[in-house]
Parts: sequence; C-alpha cells; structure tokens
Amino acid sequence: MLEVSAALKQGQITPTELCQKCLSLIKKTKFLHAYITVSEEVALKQAKESEKRYKHEQSLGDLDGIPIAVKDTFSTSGIETTCASNMLKGYVPPYNARVVPKLLDQEALLIGKTNLDEFAIGSGGTDGVFGPRKQNPHSKNEDSDWLITGGSSGGSAAAMSALGSATGGSTRNPAAHCRFVGFKPSYGLVSHYGLILLVNLMDVPGILTRCVDDAAIVTLLNHLFGLADVSKLCIEIPKEYLVPELLSEVQSFWSKAADLFESEGAKVIEVSIPHTSYSIVCYHVSCTSGVALNMARLDGLQCSHRCDTDVPTQSMYASTRQEAFNDVVRGRILSGNLFLLKENWENYFIKAQKSATSHLDVFLTPTILSEAVPYLEFIKNYIFTQAVNMAGLPAVSIPAALSNQGLPVELRFFEHAFCDQQLLTVAKWFEKQVQFPVIQLQEFMDDCSSMITQ
Amino acid sequence: MAAPMLRWGCRGRRWAFARVDGGSCHRRGAPTGSTSNRIRGESSVAQQPLHTAQKTRKGEHKWAAVVGLEIHAQISSNSKLFSGSQVRFSAPPNSLVSFFDASLPGTLPVLNRRCVEAAVMTGLALNCHINKKSLFDRKHYFYADLPAGYQITQQRLPIAVNGSLIYGVCAGKKQSQVIPKTVRIKQIQLEQDSGKSLHDNLRSQTLIDLNRAGVGLLEVVLEPDMSCGEEAATAVRELQLILQALGTSQANMAEGQLRVDANISVHHPGEPLGVRTEVKNLNSIRFLAKAIGECQLPLLVSFFLLCTMSMRDKEGKQDYRFMPEPNLPPLVLYDATSLPAGADPQQVINIDQIRETLPELPSVTREKLVQQYGMLLEHSFTLLNEVGLLEFFQNVIKETRAEPKKVTSWVLNTFLGYLKQQNLAVSESPVTPSALAELLDLLDSRTISSSAAKQVFEELWKREGKTPGQIVSEKQLELMQDQGALEQLCHSVMEAHPQVVMDVKNRNPRAINKLIGLVRKATQSRADPVMIKEILEKKLSL
Repeated sequence: MLEVSAALKQGQITPTELCQKCLSLIKKTKFLHAYITVSEEVALKQAKESEKRYKHEQSLGDLDGIPIAVKDTFSTSGIETTCASNMLKGYVPPYNARVVPKLLDQEALLIGKTNLDEFAIGSGGTDGVFGPRKQNPHSKNEDSDWLITGGSSGGSAAAMSALGSATGGSTRNPAAHCRFVGFKPSYGLVSHYGLILLVNLMDVPGILTRCVDDAAIVTLLNHLFGLADVSKLCIEIPKEYLVPELLSEVQSFWSKAADLFESEGAKVIEVSIPHTSYSIVCYHVSCTSGVALNMARLDGLQCSHRCDTDVPTQSMYASTRQEAFNDVVRGRILSGNLFLLKENWENYFIKAQKSATSHLDVFLTPTILSEAVPYLEFIKNYIFTQAVNMAGLPAVSIPAALSNQGLPVELRFFEHAFCDQQLLTVAKWFEKQVQFPVIQLQEFMDDCSSMITQ
Repeated sequence: MAAPMLRWGCRGRRWAFARVDGGSCHRRGAPTGSTSNRIRGESSVAQQPLHTAQKTRKGEHKWAAVVGLEIHAQISSNSKLFSGSQVRFSAPPNSLVSFFDASLPGTLPVLNRRCVEAAVMTGLALNCHINKKSLFDRKHYFYADLPAGYQITQQRLPIAVNGSLIYGVCAGKKQSQVIPKTVRIKQIQLEQDSGKSLHDNLRSQTLIDLNRAGVGLLEVVLEPDMSCGEEAATAVRELQLILQALGTSQANMAEGQLRVDANISVHHPGEPLGVRTEVKNLNSIRFLAKAIGECQLPLLVSFFLLCTMSMRDKEGKQDYRFMPEPNLPPLVLYDATSLPAGADPQQVINIDQIRETLPELPSVTREKLVQQYGMLLEHSFTLLNEVGLLEFFQNVIKETRAEPKKVTSWVLNTFLGYLKQQNLAVSESPVTPSALAELLDLLDSRTISSSAAKQVFEELWKREGKTPGQIVSEKQLELMQDQGALEQLCHSVMEAHPQVVMDVKNRNPRAINKLIGLVRKATQSRADPVMIKEILEKKLSL
C-alpha cells in the first residue's frame, strides 16, 4: 500500500486510473464471485475527489485514493448490504458501520461489497471459486473471499486490502487459503457498530491485506514503527495444536518458524492450553445461540425480505424465514434455540461460557490444518482459529512458505488482548525473514485468463 | 346464571386463543380508555366487571383470593432506554424511531443514565436493596410490535430487590378509618417497552407503531400479599403517588404510562393455593379493583375453572430462551464507600447521593399535613389521592385567614363534593383557590353566615366570573351587623309567637331552634344564627 501511495503522490498513476483499473479487473474476474455489489459510481466519484487533492498536494492520510472493499456484512449507507442472503436482498442501510467512515475519512475509495457465506455462517452458502490456481471453493469455512480478486491492478503493485469480519476464523482462513495476511484485532479494539453480527461476543472486523504493514495501516491507522526486538520475545507453542490431521509439511514449516525465532534469540517453549479441544464445542454452542437470537429481528416486518402471501403474522414469520434463509443459517438458528431452552440452558450455554484461555505471550501455530484444501475437508479448519475468537485475543495469519504443491502455508500468531501493536511488529519481523513472495497482480491476471480458457 | 358465565368463559377463551396465537401473553400494550388505539379482545376481559361475583349463600364455604401484581411504569425521561429517540405521548406514528429501535441489523444499544437513576430512586423509595451489580438479558419471543424478536430486560439479576410498599386501606363503619398494610416487593427491573399494535379488524390487518418501542420501563413485582381487588387498587394508587412524587414516572394509567397485570388465585382459607390466573393490561384502578373482585365475596368455582381452562393453553409454557445480553456490560453502581477516587461524576452513579436527594414521599407529606393542620389521617389520604387537590388545598391555606380545619372541611366536603357530582378533575374546577380563600375570609370575619357561604359557593360554581365579594353584595347576603336591629327583630318575633316562647321556657329543646328559624326567616337569612341564639337566650333569660 505504501508503494501505491507513493506512486499516487508522485503522479505515476492517478486515483481515477487506479480505480478504473480495479473496476475492470473486477469485471474480468467476475467468475470468481468475489463481489456482491460493486459501487462503481461512488468509487469513481471518490477517486475524482482524491485526484483533486493530490493535484493540490492536500492528500490526507495513507489511504488516500486506495481502493478498499468491504465485506457485505458491514452496513454501508446508501449501498445495498445483503450478508449474501435472500433475507436482506435489496436492503439499503440508512447508516454506515463505524469502521466505514473511518476508512473514508482517510480518503480510501469504497470499491464494493464482497461476497461471503450467507451471514458469515460457514459452509454451504456460496459456491464461488476463489483464489488463484485452485479450484477450491472459497471456503465454506467461514467466510471469505475478499479482496484478492477484487483489488487493484495497475502497473505497479497496488494495494489490495479489504475489511472482513471474524467470528470463528473468518479472516484468517481465507487469508491462509490465498496467501494473504489476515489480521483479527482484539475484541473491543475496533468498533463493530454496524457490523451485522453473528455472535456478539466474538465478532470483530478483520483485515485482509498483502503485507503486515498494510494491515497495520488499515487497522490502527498508524504505521508500524520498527520491528520487534525478537531476542526479548517468548514464543509459545501450544502442544494441543499438534493434531493427527495436521499435514506433515505444515508441521515442518511450523517447526522451521520456531527455529527461526530461536536463532534470533527468542525463547521458544512448549506450553499446554488444556481446554483447547473443548473450545470448539463451546464455540458451537455460543455461536448458534447468538445466531438464533440475532436472527430473530429478521422476521419479514422491518427491513428484510417478506414472503408474498397474505397470511396471519405467525405464518408470515415462518414462510419468510424459510424462504430467505439457507439451510446452514436455519440449522444454526434451530440449534441455537435448542441450546437456549430453559431445560438446556444450564447444560449447554452456561458451561460454554465458562471456557476461557489464559494469558499468553506470543503463540505460534498453523492457521489451518494443511495448505489450502479442497472443499470436502474444510470443516476441520476452523478448529484452530475459533479458540482465539472466544477469548477475544488478537491474531494474525501470515503466509510462511510454499508447500510442495505450490500452495501457501500460513502460520498464526496471537497475543494478549490489546497488544495488537506488538503482535503486528512480531508478524512483520517474521514476514521479513520469510520473504514470502507477495502475490503479484500480473501473474494473477495471467492465471485467471488461463483458467477461463480452460 | 349459566349464561353470563358462558359468555364470560367464551370471551376468556377467545382472549386466551389470541394470546397463544400471537404470543400475546407478554403484551404490555396499553389500550387506552379514551382513544381508539384499543387492542380489542385483550383489554376486554379487564374491562368487564365480574358478572359472577355472588353473595354468600348460607352454608357455602368462603373463598379467599390471593393477589400478586406486576406493574410496568414508563420511565419519565427525554430519550429511550437504549437509544436516543425522544419519548413523547401521541406523536405521529413511527416518528420517534431510531435505527436501533427499528432493529436494523448491526445497531447496538447504549444505556440511558436517567433511566438507571430513576430505577435507583424508585428502589430506595420502596425500601429495596439496590444491587450494585445487575445484568441485562434478552427475552426472546416473536411478536409484530417487538422488532428485534427479543426484549432486553433484567431477569437474572435486577437492579433492586426485597423492598416493601405500605398503603392504607379504608375500613371501619364509615370507611373513615385507615388501616396500614404492607406488600412485599420482590424486585424492580429495567426493561424495554414494545411498540403498539393497532388491530384493524375490518381489513384483517395489524398496523404497527414503533414510537413506544424501546421506551424505558420499570417493572415492579409485588408479592401475592394482597387479598382482594380493593387492596390491590390501593397499593397501585400508592405506588402511583410515589412514582409521581419522585418524578420517575408520570404513572398516568389512561395514557398507558402505568400498566398492571394481576395474578390471582383462589382457595379456601387453610387450604393450598389454587391455580393461578392472570389478568393483563389493566389500565385503570377502578377496573383493577373490579376485575379482581371484592373482599369477602366468594368467587364461583366454575368461573375460575373456565378461566383456568383457557389459561391452560398459555401454561403450555412459552419458553423465552433467556440469554445474557452480549452488547451490554454488567451495570455497576457505587456508593460512598465503594466509589473509586477521582471518578468522574458524569460517568458513575452514586446510590448514597441519590438517597440524599430523594424528594418527599407521600407518606411523609401526609404526616406533615396531620401535624401541621391537625387533620385526620384519612383526610390526608383523600387530599393526596385526588390529583391536584393537595396543591389546591395548599393554595387556599396560603391566601386565607381562616382556620386550617375550616379549610380542610370546605375543600374535602363542599369542593370535592361538587367535583365528584359533576365528574370533574381539580384542574377543571370553576372555583379557583383564590376565590375559595376569599369566601372563607368572608365567613371567618362573620360577614356572611355559613349557609350564605354555601349559596355563594354555588354561584361561584356557575362560572360567571364574579368574585365572592360581588356575589355577596349582589344577593345581599351580608349578615346583619346591626345588633340593635337584630334585637328588635327577635323581640318582634317573640311577640308574634308566644306559644313557641312558652315552649322554650318549658325547656322544650327543639323550640329554641324553631324560634331561631323564625328570626332567620324574618331577616331573610341574613342574620348569624349563633348571634340570634345568643340574643334570644338573653331575652328569655335562659
């Protein structure tokens, strides 16, 4: 992003040109179903204004003129927000989510609303293809797909960034699949007002970018100054994450990463987080309960889809919700309601709330079980990521290496709550060491065209 | 007898059906008596007096009722409990609705400080223990006027618990004795109000107005310590007065600011309680008393069986799927000992500070009235119970020289009597406090007699804009001041009626009154009977 910003400042490319290139790329990669709504007019208008500012050298902030896409669970005033569901098709919110104006204040361009699994509930929903070189569905994992396909283009490396949201792993999973940096900030660091929530206690806005610096700029609206002093770090490896399903290649990269830190003087120790295996269950209970209650407002009366039949209220509720929610969402709602029934309350819900992770230094684990996987195996992938969400901790997933098959492997760091700055500096250091090839647009474009012709 | 019961039962059944269908057992809608925003079928039960209240037949066992109440009072605040929309009665439909009130996805609640203070004040006034930490929950059910599909309330840990309310029940031969009674308060909690449903039966549709959705409510739960409708009504009236004195709620039932749900069960004294029935959305104290029924009168078993049959559908239990409200942290209150040093007073609520600034409660006001003006306790109750009467009374006291007891008597008997006769509120009275004060001054200075005063009062009531002084002179109601002339009149009357004089001399007690009457007639009632009596007695050397 800094490069692009520099290019814009130097006049190598104008914001309008940049914007138009992005828009044309989006059109070309439409088969990837990355975007639900492309806010072309808005973006071009913003680009023109940005251009004026650059001409008069009045540019504000690092994001001036940079196109950014936002997941379709963020309310955007005047722009359709659907959560990839029929229930909210045609819903145009009258207000902006808190994070949106923050980006717009930095003069970023809102280029569109990206696709996701319906209501950001994993699996089954959308069937788009995602990411370069793979035919895997963009993760039914939790949601996904952001900006990789969207994004910029242009001669120079352009910024590619997006706002996502993370309940169970939804930022880091797609990042892992598509070799991006996926950052989930501490719960409470970034406002989630206007983010259409899945589970209130866990949902946060997440960031997908190509490098750690960009993630920092977008989240913290600040540069990362300096790299971490690795010799003072304590890196902890939780042994519970060494599961049988973990691919040996991933394991070896994990090990190499640990060695890397050790060689620079960091202390690397093995630790145990005993409740890890339970957290997935707790996650399920909390998530479904939260979903059930959050979805209660989508009853066909206020802003959502309503079935056509002229029927009594209760039937209307039933038909509307049947029509407009997909199987996954309905399944979650039903489970959630089950857990919340008086008789089940004690057994399920209360117990789930009691799980918590302890204080940590910096943890290092793989993000997903293996490299980007084919559709059928996705289910287990968010096992790793959701525990962190439950505890509200910040985490970042960064590409570490290329596996034998040429697919990226990602590693993940997480930290104390609100130590996001430190976390990112550690991640940046690691990124520098690894020198993972950042995705280049041109090659991506070539790949895509070859895919189309096949 | 069967017919009224069946009719009653049918109505009840339809009502219960409506409740099951719409989940409307949670309705706190306020059908107002005077406007057309009435939820038909739901308030109809409440408004019908019990046809079936019957007098005891000889040999029949008496029934005893046990009544508990859930009272919802709208908090008097500028904005709603969790959003910034205004709170106002009778605004155009859906004009006071924020994004959060409409439950647009992504919106979040922000707690209103004033509402919390109102809850603390009410809790303190009702002798409750204030929980320094209380929690918010979601109570989940589907209904058209509940846009989020859940209500934010405080089920697990409310803001105040374990209080008491003392109220006075009129008893004794002339209902003139006041017996204090206590009802325990289980808890007070903060919760959101729902919107309003306007049922249009003609077009088979329901219109929703969300102006009221999200307004802060105080739910006060009274334990079943009451035994009849009158006690319940009195307790509610006392609570109303307290809320109004505190300023935490205007508690106007007609405007829907105070709504009562009654839980009633009957049993033979000594036996276990019967099945509980619920009467919801009572919107006037009079209806409350009637719906629950009178003390000591047995309620027919079959009536209750019918009621309980229809209630049974409801008791198939709605599971509200309570869940802690994740968007609101626990509500933490402080007192003088726990207040953190350097805390910004804008950011914290200090219970002790609120306690110190509590306004005067009705019970204290009544005591003061008794102390200050020497009136009976029951009089103080009456003065407070009637809206605006206390203020009227105090204004008269301010402006008149007359004795407080006289004022009390005139206000409570004459003035109130006229109001009741014409079904007027104090605010609609044609007689102002100044006018009454002037009248009482005339009386006090013996310018007019008390019967003349009554005449003047009647004239004042006609609203012709005249002052008491003007009326007195117009109608020539001044008392004869001339002692001599009066004596002469007495003398002439005595001479004209020697027989009566003889009776008086013979100690016939009624005779003197006849004589006084004759003199008065002769003076066209312009003489003070007391003076007449004095003169006559002197003349007759009694």
